[in-house]
Amino acid sequence: MNQFNLEFEAAPYRLSGVVYGALLNDQAVLDTLGEKAVQPPYKAVPSAPVLAIKPRNTLVADGSEVTVPVGAEALEIGASLGIVIGRTACRVPASSALACVAGYTIVADLGVPLESHYRPGVRFKARDGFCPIGPRVVPASDIRDPDALNVRVLVDGAVVHHSTTGRRIRDVARLIQDVTEFMTLQPGDVLMLGVEAGAPLARASKSVSMEIEGLGRLNFSLVAEASA
Amino acid sequence: MKTARVAYGGGLHAAHPHAVGVQLADGRVLAEDAVVWLPPFDVGTIIALGLNYADHVKELSKELTVTAKDEPLVFLKGPGALIGHRGFTRRPAGAKFMHYECELAVVIGKTAKKVKRDEAMAHVAGYTVCNDYAIRDYLENWYRPNLRVKNRDSCTVLGPWFVDAADVPDPHALSLRTYVNGHVTQQGCTADLINDIPALIEYLSEFMTLRAGDVILTGTPDGVVNVNEGDEVITEIDGIGRLINTIVGDASFGR
Repeated sequence: MNQFNLEFEAAPYRLSGVVYGALLNDQAVLDTLGEKAVQPPYKAVPSAPVLAIKPRNTLVADGSEVTVPVGAEALEIGASLGIVIGRTACRVPASSALACVAGYTIVADLGVPLESHYRPGVRFKARDGFCPIGPRVVPASDIRDPDALNVRVLVDGAVVHHSTTGRRIRDVARLIQDVTEFMTLQPGDVLMLGVEAGAPLARASKSVSMEIEGLGRLNFSLVAEASA
Repeated sequence: MKTARVAYGGGLHAAHPHAVGVQLADGRVLAEDAVVWLPPFDVGTIIALGLNYADHVKELSKELTVTAKDEPLVFLKGPGALIGHRGFTRRPAGAKFMHYECELAVVIGKTAKKVKRDEAMAHVAGYTVCNDYAIRDYLENWYRPNLRVKNRDSCTVLGPWFVDAADVPDPHALSLRTYVNGHVTQQGCTADLINDIPALIEYLSEFMTLRAGDVILTGTPDGVVNVNEGDEVITEIDGIGRLINTIVGDASFGR
């Protein structure tokens, strides 16, 4: 497993290792649930940002191997914009939210496919290595519009998903506003904008790449877990 | 041994219990309220358990939409929620139901990866008390319990002491209780954990490597009631510690 230690050339110069992610931040994901979204167990569509935490055991660098556990046919490959916080963000209005951003990176939000959105599903989403990040943090000043970047996922070199960072329920600024209303983000924390609907699946022995316009390419490979 | 981390005189210090308060590693003896108490160890990943006492499951059963317990209900928390002993926790104006949760916090000392039950306790460094607040007004049924309920700034209180595992002969026989303004509102015993400590370490370490400083908040028993601005909430576990917290309103935060 490659050492995760992503330093970069702008304050705060390194990531804190704290990674939060927005889930269900694409209306199309809720649309595919249809009526189910207002029936038990959910009962109503989400009103506040739906968030998850990627703990430190999940964080790996560009070029890592990620283990597909025994019993999982494939992993869900979520490609998200990673918003790197540059200054302490507490109760930040959307109008000034982008001033709190140091830069952007690529975050692979990996999971064992799970149909239910009711419970946090930590066993499915927070396994060792399930959050590759990188290859670098690009200063915010180099990204003109973080809400309009092309995103591509490639498996063994072939494009399997093409999306953008746009069309989110909450764009970058609004997400920072709604999250920092109740939890302070610190310099070096990463907030995932969230993946677009239709995240592809990939099996063990595949090589995966993610590209976000202006941010480079994040590579990792999937390996099968050795049977016990 | 019991160890705290406190701020005093412009520095951070290790501190130990003393007859009249605390003693810093450098020898100074101070009153308990003369120092600022921080979470008593360098906290890594915060792993919390929901519904891990049978009586608490029953208490909440009216609003649960699933009843069959198939595996531990685990959720994660971020470092921004943490505060120490004698700290202040914000109660947002307009919230109808904010409650404490007295929990035994298990601190990992040695890396644990695919550890079996029989070996699990060797990976525990020690224990402390956690008061893990929830504001139920914000519950939504997506990835529940959602972070807006359980991961708010100042809503996870840890301390006062980190107690070495060697000093806790049986962590599954500890009585715990909560006082609100001096009245006992919650009582339980760690003997009633649905998933005990070895079971939790075996379950978690199967899919996530636990490292020194990671902490498992083992859940809370029956007896959670609403608390209000100005309330003093004390969560106590026999042999581990007595953790004091005060509820404050939005005005303190300029809201």
